[in-house]
Amino acid sequence: MSQSITKSSSDLSAVTSERRPTAALEFGHAWDYAPAPESPDHVRIDPKYGLFIGGRWVTPRSGRFFQTISPSTEQVLSEVAEANAQDVDDAVRAAREGYEKYWSKMKGSERAKYIFRIARAIQEKSRELAIVESMDGGKPIKESRDVDLPLAAAHFFYHAGWADKLDYAFQGRAWRPLGVAGQIIPWNFPLLMAAWKLAPALACGNTVVLKPAETTPLTALLLAKIIEEAELPPGVVNIVTGAGETGAALANHSDVNKVAFTGSTDVGKRIQRALAGTTKRLTLELGGKAANIVFEDAPLDQAVEGIVSGIYFNQGHVCCAGSRLLVEESVHDLLVRKLRDRMMTLRMGDPLDKNTDVGAINSRMQLGKIRELVESGEKEGAERFSAPVKVPEKGFWFPPTFFTGASQSCRIAREEIFGPVLTIMTFRTPDEALEKANNTMYGLSAGVWTDKGAKIFHMATKLKAGVIWGNTYNKFDPTSPFGGYKESGFGREGGRQGLAAYVEVE
Amino acid sequence: MDPKKKTATLEADRESRPSVGPRSSEAPIMKAFTQRGPRVRVNKAYKMYVGGAFVRSESGRYVQVQSVPGHDDADPDTVNVPRGSRKDVRDAVLVAKNAWAGWEKRTAYNRGQILYRLAEVMESRRAELVESLVRGGISDVEAEAEVDASIDRAVFYAGFSDKYFALLASSNPVSGPHFGFSVPESMGVVGVVAPDRPALLGLVSTVLPVITGGNTVVALASEKDPRTAIVFCECLATSDLPGGVVNILTGHAKEMSPHLAKHREVIGVDAWLVDADLRKSLEHDGADSVKRVKTHVPMDPESWLDERRGQGLGWIERFLETKTVWHPVGL
Amino acid sequence: MIHENGNGSGTNGNGAQALFRPGLGGGGGVGRFALFEPPKVDAVAVEERVAALGKRSIKKATKVAGLKLAVTMMDLTTLEGKDTAGKVRQMCQKALRPLEEDPTIGPVGAVCVYPNHVPTAKEALKGSPVKVASVATAFPSGQSPLPIKLEDTRRAVDFGADEIDMVIDRGAMLSGDYAKVFDEIAQTKEACGPAHLKVILETGELGSYDMVRKASDLAIAAGGDFIKTSTGKIQPAATPAVTLVMLEAIRDHYYATGRRIGMKPAGGVRTAKQALQYLVIVKETLGDAWLTPDLFRFGASALLNDVLMQLEKERTGLYQASDDFSKD
Repeated sequence: MSQSITKSSSDLSAVTSERRPTAALEFGHAWDYAPAPESPDHVRIDPKYGLFIGGRWVTPRSGRFFQTISPSTEQVLSEVAEANAQDVDDAVRAAREGYEKYWSKMKGSERAKYIFRIARAIQEKSRELAIVESMDGGKPIKESRDVDLPLAAAHFFYHAGWADKLDYAFQGRAWRPLGVAGQIIPWNFPLLMAAWKLAPALACGNTVVLKPAETTPLTALLLAKIIEEAELPPGVVNIVTGAGETGAALANHSDVNKVAFTGSTDVGKRIQRALAGTTKRLTLELGGKAANIVFEDAPLDQAVEGIVSGIYFNQGHVCCAGSRLLVEESVHDLLVRKLRDRMMTLRMGDPLDKNTDVGAINSRMQLGKIRELVESGEKEGAERFSAPVKVPEKGFWFPPTFFTGASQSCRIAREEIFGPVLTIMTFRTPDEALEKANNTMYGLSAGVWTDKGAKIFHMATKLKAGVIWGNTYNKFDPTSPFGGYKESGFGREGGRQGLAAYVEVE
Repeated sequence: MDPKKKTATLEADRESRPSVGPRSSEAPIMKAFTQRGPRVRVNKAYKMYVGGAFVRSESGRYVQVQSVPGHDDADPDTVNVPRGSRKDVRDAVLVAKNAWAGWEKRTAYNRGQILYRLAEVMESRRAELVESLVRGGISDVEAEAEVDASIDRAVFYAGFSDKYFALLASSNPVSGPHFGFSVPESMGVVGVVAPDRPALLGLVSTVLPVITGGNTVVALASEKDPRTAIVFCECLATSDLPGGVVNILTGHAKEMSPHLAKHREVIGVDAWLVDADLRKSLEHDGADSVKRVKTHVPMDPESWLDERRGQGLGWIERFLETKTVWHPVGL
Repeated sequence: MIHENGNGSGTNGNGAQALFRPGLGGGGGVGRFALFEPPKVDAVAVEERVAALGKRSIKKATKVAGLKLAVTMMDLTTLEGKDTAGKVRQMCQKALRPLEEDPTIGPVGAVCVYPNHVPTAKEALKGSPVKVASVATAFPSGQSPLPIKLEDTRRAVDFGADEIDMVIDRGAMLSGDYAKVFDEIAQTKEACGPAHLKVILETGELGSYDMVRKASDLAIAAGGDFIKTSTGKIQPAATPAVTLVMLEAIRDHYYATGRRIGMKPAGGVRTAKQALQYLVIVKETLGDAWLTPDLFRFGASALLNDVLMQLEKERTGLYQASDDFSKD
């Protein structure tokens, strides 16, 4: 742990007279924390889930089910229906009927109350949902409990309030709902992404067919129960589970008016291509390779926190993850040293343990992808550091890792890894930082760390990205529009601006 | 030479050519320059407008554009306009890309001033624009209405450049100790495929909102009447618009527009096309770089003239990004 | 002036020269230092960090071990005008054997008293490892001439104090007279002789985390062995966030020099739960080496009984009543 730190102390600036290069912090196991698992005994997961169509739970016409497992234990949690094209067609019909019969005829203020009900129910069941989220997706309970769940509820709360105020939203321009929205969401924030998609669609008067990701269907199905208990009119929300084919059937369905997709840039492009020549509206929230830029005048200790939350939050399964760290050369060694020490305190393991900082990789497939890219980084000559965490025997795990000595041309500096892997590079001037930061096909987010206000604004103006975090990172809020530039997609989610994705404005 | 005679010739000439402005007060000084007899007119070579310069197609190809028969203008009945190529698209996109940084950096006020200057220049060339449209096959009345609407549209966007921001931006009351705001920002190079008709108003209505928002444009002019687009380019060239902000190519949309849709440096495409297959293929090709491709069936002329349908905030908003910025608030 | 003694003998050669290069000296002997630019602190992120650390779940054996450790880190304190020899003797009893029923608990790290009570405490604790700390330097305001402060220090050491808790001149700090602050600390350190010096920043009067960081760096550079948040006489006293900022200063100093500076949050730490949160912050900021009374102390009086109650609860499984614990 400590040997490799020696080299970094050679560049410390302020106090240099009595340097002891061997000084290293020890993060051993003095006073280690006992396991503190969140008890799942009050959680109800059905052994088998059908499709939620037209307000009812139905057996899939496909007759097929697939297993959803816990990525931390590889245990089967439940069996989930696999919707085929016919099932999707049923769901779209139900959504159309829900739209024509109920939702489009309802006053905004009435729609609002249904959405408020959903928000409240999420709060009431929040611990259960958090536990299931962590079991099904592998994320640490402290994140599902403190981030995913509160934000999911907040998104419904926020958008519920818009339902009867849309006349104010578009500067006096007339608006109308689009009709039936087909929404395809990813596995990194299963419930939260469902909230991001459903809440604005419903508030704007659309009905929805939602397809959760195949590795993380459970919280969406629990949300379907909530929607059932909230007594939404039949067909207003339909939830169909399945994999890529189910999603394709939904996006390609001729009676869908709007497709909203969050996921990889590759799939996003496929959907965009497939929608060519149709009148369907489309919003895409795709990949990223965000630069997190640290200047020498930054609050460095807090920057380290931002770096850690930027890339190790949710195992780096975050489209806006700060996966490229650009450090001003003069503080590179010090910052790397601080980061390394900080990473020694990260605790990887049981997602349900309240002290776990880094959970399981979402799937075997994703783990393979991360490993492949990390190997490429090593082959390309970058220097790897991985936190010396104990890897559980079962499940899919990857230790928090960073690379130094990488260049812009490395694959690990260009491709989205979608895992807990950071690529650290240096810059000398602000212009160089900007050039490197913008030198990517993506443009979802960026971070800037400096104590100088004017510099923050300069950088924020010049960075080509949809979300800029100044002296902070990975912050989300329903009032705050989120979405990408360039190949990170188009359209916004959240805020007044996000409503535009679900209405036709004159 | 007899100075009096020359003056007489000039006077007579002026009467027969009402389009020449009044110069009576200058007449005595002009005497020495007055020619004897009719003169041979200098014909204009119609060129595309790229990077603030008038250029031929690199391909050397041209399209012949006929004036409607019976036009009494001295302009030739047939003119040759460049038939732009893939490489012309490529060059124009590069120029537009390079112009973007400077254009988006201009203050909103300055962009407004420049757009207003454009309106002034168009007004001063009103007769020429009308004449060109008429030669392109529409009636005098229609042409005048179209030119007037086009000039007014320029004025509309001139006054919008420093307003849309306030309408689209927001301060976000996030639930935590952070200050958050979202602002509209330009996207980059946008490809515009202008409708065939109305040749001028269609071009003006599609290009101006895009540059009002700070983008730069490569536009394909109407195939039916590219000549008027080129006259409009002369307005652009003599306004204060920096070179490269608007680039206008002539030729066949079917030939050039796919290259706009495929060019990775182009961030958005706004295409007004009758051809459904072409619309579809542009959308399809644009997906390779997640382009913001907007295709439209062209509106009827009345809609373009209609202030509610042919202009507005939405036209600017279409090619803007929203950038959200967060910063902690603390001591 | 500072360039004469700022690198003085009291600083353990910790490299103060590099930190303090005189810049343009202002009028009235005010020296500002061109190179004295401590790192900036972002308040929101600091508070987020301690909030996150505050959510560590400390259960069972970890909890017991943490609480027992906390007891040994306590500077059991009485700093009142009404302090008497009797009061001090009772407190020393408690310091030696905090819980009569359980000899594995304690003793505490030190008792902290006014100079006049040092002999009493010293006598009461004779033969034990419990240190006697004394406040000095015109505690709590620090608003007296330096010679008096130094004399105050020397007397306390002469009385037998093992540790001196000095206060910095916050007025000088806030008016930018860092030279004066530095100088006083350095000279106090010299006056301490063998006694350990804890430098009280009185963070509640400094106004911002940036100023806390600045004062921490000054105190460390001038030779303080410990930095301490508060006198206990000013609110707010110790907070987790302010403690984290100070620990970061300690960490940077350690990175640069290898010298370990101690940390003492004082005032405001009243519950066992809070104490465990502080231990988590120390553990995850500075690591194992600081989890010792040599480098971390709690300045508190009410804290001990709450920790004892929690320990008893863990031992017996029953929630305790406060009257079951002696209030000395």
